Amino acid sequence: MYTVGVLALQGAFIEHRQMLDRLGVDSFEIRELKDIHRPMDGIIIPGGESTVIGRLLKTIGMFEPLKELIDNGLPVYGTCAGMILLAQSIDNDSRTHLATFPVSVKRNAYGRQLGSFYTDDNFAGKVIPMTYIRAPYISEVLSDDVEILAVTDGNITAARYNNQLITAFHPELDDDTSVHEYFLNMIHEHNLAISSQTYEKCV
Amino acid sequence: MKDNRYSLNKELAQMLKGGVIMDVTTPEQAKIAEEAGACAVMALERIPADIRAAGGVSRMSDPKMIRGIQEAVSIPVMAKVRIGHFAEAQILEAIEIDYIDESEVLSPADDIYHIDKTAFKVPFVCGAKDLGEALRRINEGASMIRTKGEPGTGDIVQAVRHMRKMNSEIRRIASLEDHELFNAAKELQVPYDLVKYVHDNKKLPVVNFAAGGVATPADAALMMQLGAEGVFVGSGIFKSGDPAKRARAIVQAVTNYNNPAILAELSTDLGEAMVGINESEIQLLMAERGK
Repeated sequence: MYTVGVLALQGAFIEHRQMLDRLGVDSFEIRELKDIHRPMDGIIIPGGESTVIGRLLKTIGMFEPLKELIDNGLPVYGTCAGMILLAQSIDNDSRTHLATFPVSVKRNAYGRQLGSFYTDDNFAGKVIPMTYIRAPYISEVLSDDVEILAVTDGNITAARYNNQLITAFHPELDDDTSVHEYFLNMIHEHNLAISSQTYEKCV
Repeated sequence: MKDNRYSLNKELAQMLKGGVIMDVTTPEQAKIAEEAGACAVMALERIPADIRAAGGVSRMSDPKMIRGIQEAVSIPVMAKVRIGHFAEAQILEAIEIDYIDESEVLSPADDIYHIDKTAFKVPFVCGAKDLGEALRRINEGASMIRTKGEPGTGDIVQAVRHMRKMNSEIRRIASLEDHELFNAAKELQVPYDLVKYVHDNKKLPVVNFAAGGVATPADAALMMQLGAEGVFVGSGIFKSGDPAKRARAIVQAVTNYNNPAILAELSTDLGEAMVGINESEIQLLMAERGK
């Protein structure tokens, strides 16, 4: 049984918790500094406004500990604003945030709310519903180790880099659980790798 | 596949949850708001306290002023139209506003009909004092609801009243037997399907924010603890002594609304709050506009 922390500073964090609940996974909200030190197997950075979440991370003093957790390999999944917070660079903004994922992203890449849309497209080999709300996309991949998981209308909208997963769309707003299952599988692989390392140390 | 604008619009409101939407009148104020952590800004020519003071007819803002704010910030930009003034709404849709507030703060243009919001692609937020009013606005196409706390007063009493009333009516509907819902729909003057949704889900079908009279971090925390999913702050910020500091404090109060120790820190040394007018001292109750 895994426990996933969901960053709950602003945005659609309840929807992620509901999704995890449906998959039988425990979750808790990370709202203040002490929450980030609770034991967890993975963390989700939800959709919302990246400027708001980015500022609150700094104000609350959570920025450094969160970045350290991700740098140390804690599996992380960022949706929309979460993807912007993880991106190494942002095309149309000089501010970057955690900058742990070697891609460049474009904010509000489809324009204002009238540019928001639904589509069905391929994610890691399976067609799933995708909801894009004032969404970004990945404009450039900055490392050969980035695995592209979804391309919609010629733009990269989901990718994986080691223990980090990002999607420009919001699977937490649809019924399909594939993306969250994919993330849980990343957690599973990570935990297996840790336990085999621990085993080797013991023998 | 879900395939309509209305769900996309409800979903944008979901992304605003846990956030603060701030009234701004200039691109400079919009930048201060964004920098302080606003999740969206409401572009208007005069903040409600000044509208109240100036009197006369207040209308949709000049599109030039709204465009200036759209260019200044990357967060969603909202703007107000008069109740029932669908031509003003068409104009805001043409400049690709992110959200329209059909607002009692401006002078109503129609004393019977609200805008048919289903005719628009852009989303609408509307005020509601109780469940019936909220469901009527939702039936007309509103994809977000807010309380109708008395704007420009710095007095939280009405927003509290509306939020409590809404929640108490939701609890009542949720407690009814299925066969009692038809009569509840009749009493609330709303379609059965919406009443059924509230009964089954114990919540409104759209996001519900607090608005009107929020002036301090404590006000914001109060509304969040009463069940608001986010907060609008109008005159409270730019009518105060240190707008940037107060804005930052209210933003964090909405996130940490349940932690009194943090709220105590946030409430400390904020400078002068807006002066405020008590509900009983004002002549014009804007909340009575549009029902």
